[in-house]
Amino acid sequence: MTDPNWGLRESYSFDKYAIHEIRRAASTGLYRIRGWGAKRHLPTFDDLVFLGASVSRYPLEGYREACDTSVVLGTRYAKKPIELKIPITIAGMSFGSLSAQAKEALGRGASEVGTSTTTGDGGMTQEERGHSTQLVYQYLPSRYGMNPADLRQADAIEIVVGQGAKPGGGGMLLGQKITERVAEMRTLPEGIDQRSACRHPDWTGPDDLTIKILELREITNWEKPIYIKCGAARPYYDTMLAVKSGADVVVLDGMQGGTAATQECFIEHVGIPTLAAVRESVRALKEIDMHRKVQLVVGGGIRSGADVAKALAMGADAVSIGTAALIALGDNDPHYEDDYRAIGSAAGYYEDFQAGNDPAGITTQDPELSKRLDPVKAGHRLANYLRVLTLEVQTLARANGKSDVHNLEPEDLAALTVEAAAMAGVPLAGTNWIPGQGY
Amino acid sequence: MAGGANVTVLDLEKEDLRAVNQRLQGADAGGGPFRVLHPRGAHALACGLTAGTEVEIEGHTGYYCAGMNEAARVTVKGNAGVGVAENMMSGEVWVTGDASQSAAATAHGGLLVVEGNTAARCGISLKGGDIVVKGNVGHMSMFLAQAGNLVVLGDAGESLGDSIYEARIYVRGKVASLGADCIEKDMREEHRADLRALLERAGCADADVGAFRRYGSARELYHFKSENLDSY
Repeated sequence: MTDPNWGLRESYSFDKYAIHEIRRAASTGLYRIRGWGAKRHLPTFDDLVFLGASVSRYPLEGYREACDTSVVLGTRYAKKPIELKIPITIAGMSFGSLSAQAKEALGRGASEVGTSTTTGDGGMTQEERGHSTQLVYQYLPSRYGMNPADLRQADAIEIVVGQGAKPGGGGMLLGQKITERVAEMRTLPEGIDQRSACRHPDWTGPDDLTIKILELREITNWEKPIYIKCGAARPYYDTMLAVKSGADVVVLDGMQGGTAATQECFIEHVGIPTLAAVRESVRALKEIDMHRKVQLVVGGGIRSGADVAKALAMGADAVSIGTAALIALGDNDPHYEDDYRAIGSAAGYYEDFQAGNDPAGITTQDPELSKRLDPVKAGHRLANYLRVLTLEVQTLARANGKSDVHNLEPEDLAALTVEAAAMAGVPLAGTNWIPGQGY
Repeated sequence: MAGGANVTVLDLEKEDLRAVNQRLQGADAGGGPFRVLHPRGAHALACGLTAGTEVEIEGHTGYYCAGMNEAARVTVKGNAGVGVAENMMSGEVWVTGDASQSAAATAHGGLLVVEGNTAARCGISLKGGDIVVKGNVGHMSMFLAQAGNLVVLGDAGESLGDSIYEARIYVRGKVASLGADCIEKDMREEHRADLRALLERAGCADADVGAFRRYGSARELYHFKSENLDSY
């Protein structure tokens, strides 16, 4: 007997998800808003491999020879640059999108291994300031909770121009998460759907930004490193203009970068992949002789030590992680499989960070759910994960003969696909061909 | 300001911006008063003050004058550039001339008085501060304003109060147009009392409160609805 399913052919254009989305839009009249980052297939660091040592260069002993992982951010102008023990930082995530317990856990985990964490759209909480030895304070278009006292107690200031999940988009926090405390911090009515601005209220271009940076330095006695964070849109020009404006550090966030709540059409269709963005940003820095003088922090889809090492090899000084850090805390934990199923999701797939019903107690303001996350244990899990990433980076660096992870270089890499070779500017494996070289 | 021997004179022809700001920022509570000479459009002047200092600036200032002000009373005897008193927390900032765009942007508290006119986006994203403009305000003023008050004795430009939250706007003259979700509202006695107090603080006690109209949020766009498509 013939299997009846053999004759059924799914449309490539109208696959099950596309059909589901059309039906959902027709039924609800709402566009899809969700958290996480881009989920579709994109060129990534997986499309690159390290060459390792051979006759032409010798490796370092894995457990015997030192391999430095420290990095200093903000050496250009700041009187007090940030000194990190590892080249992996925690990206900006707000209290509001995350529970107070999650913010505390991020601070604890980062501090345990000597790196920094970052505030988000909604101001600084004492949970994160108190538990973060090095805290980067985001200066966002909304300016929710912005005040000079917090600016002065920060260790660095990150002016957010955009983020990888939505270059050109503003913040969003739906009513379920605008609790009394969140509303008070943001000076908003409780329970509204918050739409925060996509542009800064008092500057618009690089000339204005130069003066804004001057003001922030004057208010903070020229002590704090000033980062400029951009979503990966036009990284060559954005990096040049950030440097021209006076940045100490450029933070570049590729389209795989996560979000707490954004329109799905934005997440999946605006911005360029991290792999493609890094090379362009580094090219800009080198052209103006500012590579390693203005530090580059790269984020968006970083999962493993291999990703970190490849970003560094392409010229980044450090990376930032957001989604991976939340997973390390306990996000999408199979332990809560039944709870995920009960809200129409599954462990490993949960992305409705906007909904406020996170079974893991991370992307929620629900006091009962938030209690599920133990900040001490979760912080330790994050520290473990950061240590593993660091050991992996060291392993790869030593294999390529490097005593400092920042000595990794594009010459240590080969690409597995033509598109990755073109984007990363490294040869296609087994050839000496770099597509587009010479422009 | 008293012009006596207690006044400390800081001259931007003789000292650079950093030195002048350090003197102003270093003033203890009750320190000063200060007179700042030859500002000549200097940016970020008198920003980040944290004490009840009195500062008089003799001339025009550039961007972000008195930015993030706390407690200090800063007077600009001239025009002020973009973002005067931006993110002010408390205190008072007076501009005897006109102010450029984004005056008192995101101010959480304090009072900004502009004797002349302001350009676009006056009070953008205001979070609790008060603004009194004796002339006109430009387009998109009070865009996304969350809390606080704007009083305009002259006219308001287009799209006043676009996407406003719980802030209040009082205008004595004409309003070119209202922005999305901004409507005219009743003037009740509580509003007249608030307005009277604001006018007194701005030195306009003789202005007729009855001549003003009040504007605020219709609260129709507080939640996402695709039916609101035509509003954006």
